[in-house]
Parts: sequence; C-alpha cells; structure tokens
Amino acid sequence: MKNTFIGAPIERREDLRFLRGRGEYVDDLAPNGVLYAVILRSSVAHGRIKSIDTAAALKIPGVHTVITAKDMPGGPPIIPMRLQPLPEFKPFEQPVIAHDKVRYVGEPLAVVLATSAAIGEDALEAIAVEIDDLDPVGSREAAAKNKSLLFEPAGSNRSLVFHARKGDADAAFANAPYVRRERLKTGRHYGLTMEPRGVMAEWDAAKGRLTVSGAAKVPFFNRRILAKQIGLPEDSIEMIENDVGGGYGARGEFYPEDFLIPFAARHVNRPVKWIEDRRENLMAMNHARETEADIEIACERDGTIIGLRGEVHTDMGAYMRTNGAVGARNVVQFMAGPYRVPHVKLDSLLWMTNKTPVGTYRGPGRFESSFYIERLLDMVAEDLGIDRVDLRRRNLVASAEQPYPIASVQPTNANDQYDSGDYREALERCLTEIGWAEKSKLQGKLIDGRYHGFAVGCFVEGGAAGPKESARLAVNDDGTITVFMGSSAVGQGVETVFAQIAADALEIPMDRIRHVYHGSTNTVSDGYGAYHSRSIVMGGSAVLDATKNFHAAIREAGAKKLGCDASDIKIGEDRVSGPGGKSFALAELAGLTAEGAFLNHKHTYSYGTHAAHITVDAQLGEVRIVDYVVVQDVGRIVNPLTLRGQVIGSLVQGLGGAMLEHLQYDDHGQFLTGTLADYLLPTAGDFPNLRCFVTDNHPSPINPLGAKGAGEGGIVAAGGVMANAVANALQSFGAQPRQLPLTPTYIWELVQAGQRQAAE
Amino acid sequence: MKLPPFEYACPATLSEAVALLASHDGDAKAIAGGQSLMPMLAFRVASPSLLVDLRKLPGLNKIAIDSDGVKLGAMVRWRDIEDDERLKTAHPLLKAAIAHVAHYQIRNRGTVGGSIAHADPAAEMPGIAMTCDAGIAVTGKSGSRVIKAADFFLGALTTALEPDEIITEIRLPAWPQSRRFGFQEFARRRGDFAMAGVALYYDPDPSGKASNAHVGVIGVGDRPQRLTAVEAAINGNTIDEATIARAAAAASAAVEPQQDIHASAAYRRALTGTLVERALKIAAA
Amino acid sequence: MPVQFEVNGKSVSVEVEPRLTLADCLRQNLRLTGTHLGCEHGVCGACTVLVNGDAVRSCLMLAVQAEGAKVVTVEGLSNDADLTPLQKSFRKHHALQCGFCTPGFITTAHALLTEEPDCDADRVRDVLSGNICRCTGYISIVEAVLDARSAYKKTGGGP
Repeated sequence: MKNTFIGAPIERREDLRFLRGRGEYVDDLAPNGVLYAVILRSSVAHGRIKSIDTAAALKIPGVHTVITAKDMPGGPPIIPMRLQPLPEFKPFEQPVIAHDKVRYVGEPLAVVLATSAAIGEDALEAIAVEIDDLDPVGSREAAAKNKSLLFEPAGSNRSLVFHARKGDADAAFANAPYVRRERLKTGRHYGLTMEPRGVMAEWDAAKGRLTVSGAAKVPFFNRRILAKQIGLPEDSIEMIENDVGGGYGARGEFYPEDFLIPFAARHVNRPVKWIEDRRENLMAMNHARETEADIEIACERDGTIIGLRGEVHTDMGAYMRTNGAVGARNVVQFMAGPYRVPHVKLDSLLWMTNKTPVGTYRGPGRFESSFYIERLLDMVAEDLGIDRVDLRRRNLVASAEQPYPIASVQPTNANDQYDSGDYREALERCLTEIGWAEKSKLQGKLIDGRYHGFAVGCFVEGGAAGPKESARLAVNDDGTITVFMGSSAVGQGVETVFAQIAADALEIPMDRIRHVYHGSTNTVSDGYGAYHSRSIVMGGSAVLDATKNFHAAIREAGAKKLGCDASDIKIGEDRVSGPGGKSFALAELAGLTAEGAFLNHKHTYSYGTHAAHITVDAQLGEVRIVDYVVVQDVGRIVNPLTLRGQVIGSLVQGLGGAMLEHLQYDDHGQFLTGTLADYLLPTAGDFPNLRCFVTDNHPSPINPLGAKGAGEGGIVAAGGVMANAVANALQSFGAQPRQLPLTPTYIWELVQAGQRQAAE
Repeated sequence: MKLPPFEYACPATLSEAVALLASHDGDAKAIAGGQSLMPMLAFRVASPSLLVDLRKLPGLNKIAIDSDGVKLGAMVRWRDIEDDERLKTAHPLLKAAIAHVAHYQIRNRGTVGGSIAHADPAAEMPGIAMTCDAGIAVTGKSGSRVIKAADFFLGALTTALEPDEIITEIRLPAWPQSRRFGFQEFARRRGDFAMAGVALYYDPDPSGKASNAHVGVIGVGDRPQRLTAVEAAINGNTIDEATIARAAAAASAAVEPQQDIHASAAYRRALTGTLVERALKIAAA
Repeated sequence: MPVQFEVNGKSVSVEVEPRLTLADCLRQNLRLTGTHLGCEHGVCGACTVLVNGDAVRSCLMLAVQAEGAKVVTVEGLSNDADLTPLQKSFRKHHALQCGFCTPGFITTAHALLTEEPDCDADRVRDVLSGNICRCTGYISIVEAVLDARSAYKKTGGGP
C-alpha cells in the first residue's frame, strides 16, 4: 500500500457540486404527481385522544387524503430500539402515530396529503382534535413522583437504571481522606441539522417496490425496520441516500415519518414527499443532553482520584427512541473520562417526561460527563491546594496502562477499554500551544473591565462501532474504478477520504477513482452507516479488505485471459499484464467487482486536551473567548483538511451547548423554544479565535489503518472547560458554575451571590 | 411553514393604498420590507386577507435633513441609514442605534416604518423614536396626522395606528452639534433582539451641567419607554461618577422588566442600570 | 398572479399565488434548487439571493415582490468551466461540509466582497453572522472570505 494521498490535505470532491448549488438534497426531488405530506402535531403535552375530525380538511381543494392511526389496520407499528434494545424498554417505545394518548407537544396525530405544502398547512387548521388533558410530567422531578404516568401499564415513569461499576466504590469512599459531593446539570440540546429532515417515498404497485429517498446515517438498519412494519421483503425496498445536510447523530435514525411517508405513498399509490419545517424540526427531531448529576468524588490528599459515586438523572422525554439510551449509558460509563479512577459506582436513571424524546447528539453522554468530571477536578484542586494542571497530570491514564479498562455497565453488560495513546503528551502540547505557563498568570485578573479566566480539560472520544462495514470496488467501462460504501455521508467528506484510501490501497492516482457511492441500500450487500465516529475506521478498513479481494479477482481474470498463473499477473494503473509482455486494458474487465468488509467489536478512543483563555464582563455576564486550543490525537490522519473541519466544527457545537443552546419547556410541557430566535445557535460572531492541532502519534492497534474516530472530540470537553474558565475568571466572587448553558443571567447571578456573600 | 393564503395589491399611490387597507374590515395589512411581517405569516400568527405592498409609493424612501431635523421616509431601509454620511452629524444617535439592527440581509430590506408599525418592545427604531420625541406621520382615510412617539406605542406589537393608516415618515427633531449621547445594548448574539438597550442624550449647558436629558430603554417592558426618573437624576448635574451612579440606580429602580427564556427579570433590571452607566460614560467622554 | 423578473440574467415569467415566497418560487417554479430553505423565518440565511445586487433572504420576500427585479442565485454565480475565485477559496479552506448552508454563504460573501473588497475580519464576521452553518464552526469560512478579497479587488470576483 502506498501513502501518497492518505495524510494529504486533499480538497474535497463533493465541494464541486455543493459550491455551485448543485447538491441534490431530498427536497430537490420533484417527481410528477407528487403529493406533499404535512403532519398535524399535538399541541397538548399529555392527554387522551377523544376524536380527530378530518371532514372539513378533506373539503379543501387540493387536499387529497388525511391519514390517522385509524387507517392502519392492527394499529400503528411501534418503532423498535436500534441500540440497547432491552426488554425493559419495550413498554416505552414510540408508535409511528399517536392513537390513544399524546405524550409530547409535537407528536404526530395525522398526515395530510395535498397538492402543495401550503394547502396541506391550510388543512391542518381545519382538523378538529379533541384531547382530554392529563396531568403533564414537565420535569424529571415530576416524573419521579409517579403521580401522573406516561405509560400506565409500565407503572412507573422510570424506564431503566444503568449501573456503572468498577472496583469497590463504597469501601473506597468509606476510607477516603477527602470527598466532595456536587449537584451539576447540563442543558437540553439537539443535533440541529441545517437541512431539516425529509422523506420521499415512491410506490411501484406493479412491481411491489418501494423507493424511499432521504435516507441517512443507517439506511440498511432502517430498511429492516420499515420492511417489517410495512409488510414487504427487505429487497423490495430501496433506501436512497441523497446529499444530506448534516447529521450529528440526530438525523437518519428511524423516526415516525420514516414509516408514515412510505405508508402514505403506498396508501394513495402516488409519490409522497414530506419536508420537515424548522418549527417541526425543533420539536420532532431527537433532543439530547438534559441530565442532572448528584455525584461525589473521593481523592487522596495528594489529589490521586480514588473513586466516583452517585446518580445521574436523564430527562428522556416521552418515548424510548432508537438510540435513546446511549447518552444515559455513556454519561456513567465515561464519567471518568481519560482519568484513572479505580472505583466507580454510578447509577443512571432514565426518566420519562412529556417532552420530545431524546436520542444521540455528537458526543452523547460524553459532553455531559466531561462537564461533571472537569468541574469536580477544578473544585478538588482548589480544596486541596493543588495546581489544576498537576492534578490532571497525576490522574491521566498513562500509556503504559493501555489498554485501560473502564467501568462496566449493567444491564447491557457493556465492558470496554481504551485502546491506546499518550494522554499526557496531548495535555502538554495543548499547554504549550496556548502558552499556559506565561498567559495563565492573568487568571482572575481584572483588565479593562474584564476578568481573565483559564481552564484546561482532557477527553477521550469513542469511535469505530461494530460490528461491520462493507465496501465494494468495481471496474468501469473506461477502466476507472468506482467505490461503493456501506458508510453514509452526512457532510464529513466521505467521497474524498474513501477515494484517498482506495487510491493508496490500489496504488493508483486518485483520479482513477471515478466515484465513491455511499449510503444507499444498492451500494453493497450489507452496510452499517455513519455514527459513533466510525466511518474512516470501519469504512476505511473495509476498503482495504475490498482492495485485496478486488486485486485477487483481477489477477484471476487476468490469468484466465492471458493463460498464466494468477500470481504472475501485475496490475498497473490502467493495464493488467502477465509474463512475456502480454497485457490488456483494465477496461476490458469492466463490470468486475469485489466486496470486502471489516469486522470489529472493539472501540477506538482518540483523545486530547482543550484549553481556553476567556474574559468575562461580570456586570453583563458576558463571556468572550480570547484563545481556545484543542489538541487531538486520532491515530492516523487521512485528510488534515477535513479533520480540522471535524474538530473545529464539533468544538463550536460544544461551545453552543456551553453558552447558548437550551431547549426549554414550561411546567406544563409546553415547548418554549420553537424558533431559531429562541434556540440560539452559534453564529460567525460568537466564537472567533479557535485553534486546533491534530496529531497521529499513536495509531490504534485494532484496525489496519491505525485510525481512531475523530468527529466528536471537539465537542466533548467544551462544557467543562468553559465552565471552569468562568469559575477561574470570577474566582474573586467565589463563582462555581453548576449548570449549562452559561447564560448571561446565570453568570450574573453567580457574581451577585458572590457579592452578597462577601458583604455578609 | 408556508404562508397562509391572502390577496395581494401593489398600489402606485398613497390614496389607493389607504383605500385598499380600508376596504377589508381591518383585515388588510401593509407590507413594507416585510422583515417582521413575513416570519409572522410563516408561523401563521398573522393571516391578513389582503397584503398591501408599499414599495411603489413615491417619495417614501428619502432621508431629508434640514433645520427642523431628520425626516426618514417610512420605506427608508436600515442600509440607507448606514450608508448616509450626513447622519453622522445630523443624528449620530440614530446611526449608533441602527448599527445594532438585525443582520446584513435583513438590513437590505427592513424599513424604519415597518419597524415602527411592528412595535417590537426590544427594537431599536421604536426606542430611538421614543427617546427623541419623534413624530410619526401617518395617512389614513380620514386624512394625515402626526402621532407623538409617546402616544404611538401602546404595548407589545400594539400601536395607535388605525387599520387603514400608513406610516409615511418618522420625524426626528433637530440634533444640536453640542449634544452628548450614548447608545448601549446587550443581546445574546450579534444581531439578536437585545435583552435590554439604552439610548440617551443630554445638552450640556455653558457651565458643563446636563440639561434636556432624554433616556429611553428597550427590551424591558412591553414597549419602549422614557425613564423620567433617570432624566431627573441627570438634569442639572455634571456627569461625574456620582451622577452616573445615581442615574444607573434610578434606571434599575424605574423599570419593570419581564422574564423570558433569554433573561430573568432581575438580570434585566440590573442590566438596564449597567447600560445607563455605560451609555452615560460614553456620552460624557 | 403573473410575475416577471430576471433570474441569473434571463427573463422569466411565472404564474404564482401571492403567498409564494421568492425562495419557493426559485426552487419549485424555476427549479433553481441551489437556494436552500433552512428555517423559513429569516434567521439562517441559507436562502440568501441577490435582488438588484443586494443580499436578501428570499424566504422573507414574496415572489410577486420581485416583479421587475434582477435576481441572482448561487447558480448565477457559478459556471461549468471552473470554480470562481470565491468558490475556490471555500474549497481550499474547507469552508463547507454538508453543503446545505453553502449557497447562502456564497451569495452573502459575494455581495459583501463586491461592495467592500477591503473588509476586515470583524466586518466579515459581522456580515456572516446572519448565516448559520452547523458544520464548520465558521473559522474556515471567515478565512475563505478574507482570502478571496484579492480576487474581488482585481477582477470583481471574476476568474
């Protein structure tokens, strides 16, 4: 294998169409006769449906049909969980459309099919819905009372408790010389994609075939669910991945609309398109992150961590969605982050509430747990009079301790270990890059009306979820090669990086790789998709395997053609040659194809350090970033350009979560943040001065590329680091942020509390 | 989020426009730049039966400056104010405030008349109109009149404008060259509606003491307001640290801010004081 | 009702309902799908087009209001032969990932650089704060726009 393209900052192939406005997203498809679906959503958080009267809506010219649960014989199908599909979760899974109760504002009640989306929306106003209000469960505290139940048969609003265990935490705490207990919480965020979701379904009645466009992330898995729900063999359904306007964990999971739209298309035997609007998106797409921790840390007097113990509560929203348990599991499984914690006893309680259900969002559970551990560490350092950086140096898992086992989690029997790396090295590099030794002398200082604050935090990022990924290579008519991937594109640039990997593996120039097709169910026999920072590790390794098989197939074909041994065949850029100067053009093998796969049950853990220098205006509660540095080691860099994009892009999402983003409800479960003037995303003006340094000093031992996932590290430590930087800046006020986001109001309140305390 | 159905008219004269507005039983709405109205239509919180587009009405896009002051035609865009060099001296407070309005693309279409008619409690232009005792010239089927800003803003998104009336001009009284001023606002992000904002000015008398103080606030309450208690704390005084502190305290005491998802009431109250303090410091500098 | 305007240098006339936004008219009636809808309430900037040279949000404008106007979309700022200097700069700096917000950034940045080829980083950030990108974190976009200034100074953004 050559190393010509891997590691080089190759400009992306997909840019050529995106920059010209020639991307093709699902809303850009407009087949003849298409009907537009518009979804009536519950405005009631918790209630029992009495009636849905669609008569007036059906009279509106242009309205074709209105579908409700009554149109589904046998009742609406239930959406099964994709990850952690425990029997305990079954009672809490979501039906594709509400039929007896509504459990959150935004839950689908009816689907209008009309000749335009505008007419469909007109019809929504004409549908009369009668719902008997039930007591809304507006918070996890209300859920814990179990007075009003979301699911009466379950008998409880708690769907599960995860137990993360390592060592003997109770014994360790009993003998610990120092313990600190804290209550900390994180806001409710979501993986908002700039392209709202969309599904277009076309039913070919004659062939009994269903084509579903708008697939993303996990098309093969979603096809399995849909096939079962809609009663078709899997191979009668084609899931088409168009250009996808962002994923972040949230897009591409199986949502109610992923059944409703194909069902509608078959129901009316016409193409049906549904494009989510932004208001829907805010209340229909998976929420994430709203957790509260009541945890304690035990340490030796020298700062050596002994253990972590306590509970984390997650506000799950109304249903257990496909990957809804991942964050709640991760928050306890990864609470220790990159630090050596011999004793762990953490319980994660999953509370059902009348809010939009949760799912994964980039760095699920890790952003939250990093906030918790990093806040605790700075408090420990202060209590024990130890330098914050030294405290971290002392406790980082050393490279000699790798692979390092982390807490196991029940009842999923999750046992995992970090694979490799030198965490300390990343910390030191980060300190050097931000100029910690010199600049941090400013910490706590008031200069020109602003307090200077510094913080540093270390993280690990999980990647490479198994069990498998597939790749296929094929010879085109002109002798160029096309790569087919089971991996999905959500904006990461897979067409470019897989072409880089394939070109190096085939030892040919990149322009010999004509296309990289991905995501759709017609690319490979069995694909897995884009999640858990897995594309390069899993997909890239699958390309290497496919290359081997591809070369073998060419040798075999060449041997046959030239009448020689396969081992005598030499494969050139565009020719195949054998002994005695005989050769032929690779194009003659057009159509030859070979598939390969990478199977893996181990995870990679990239890692690194964030450091921030901020200033705070204590009167306004305003935070500005002076400098922010991320150092991340990813095992093997394939494309430094796209890698930097992943790190900075995820960092800004993390800063959004730390400073701005918060999905809010009132106590009655009414949604308060239904516009982009309410849910505040970072803009170009908010977070300048961000830098990242990516390294590949320590390849992963568990895949042939040596790569580790890299899409989430930027987000993980941002909350903890920003909160610690604010605490550091406002140390003269004794400010200790205990929640995210760090809004101006909250920071101002911390300052006020400090001033009151000083006055007393 | 498609707009509800409505009829559309684009009249060429003011009288025609007024007649159209009057013809729909109060259910017609004028559209200028549409930068506030269009989102309301998209969320279907407004669904007029007729939209009357003002873009062809002659003469409404002029900025006139004379000894009486500044006259902003209702269709003057934020962009036009930004680009008009004369306003640097003719009305520097207006210029300073408008620099905070929304974003680049919005500023290319949003108009002063539209903003005044929309009457968002946190919007800069209504705040400047209040602070500066602007006259709002309107024309309706019963003729033309000038409404004082103090009488114009009745509550959040509520004004004294009759359904058939169209704003034609905002009249800002003349700006003496010796006048001192400051504008401060604080929003969650650049271009957002402010959690609170303060516009103020005063005229120094020959001894250097402040007179004729005007202090207006936005974002704290259901409409832009003048803070007379703060003005009283400023008038007759040298703008020194003691005066500034008194004015800031008076401002915090004077407002009755609301709580919402972006800020608490207590925070807004304190913020108002802080912004008065900072605006006064800038004015006195 | 009928409306006539110019799009990317070509005169078009379409029959639309008054309630149709310019954005939907471009996408649906004229099949210029490079203009994207990210919020439909004037916050995200993905639908930015040029109307008589000004960058505006096409979701906050009715198609009928475009009567007689010169509209330019991302397609009108592109050609088959080569990327424009601005597009090249975006590619070079990896100023896009999923590509959905990209047309809005291209049109906005083009309007800015056409009028203010000397703008500084602060001005670029100020102007671009009206466009939301969820992928890049903006650092690379600001770099790309700043790097494209020289092309606008020399040739007005042409090749």
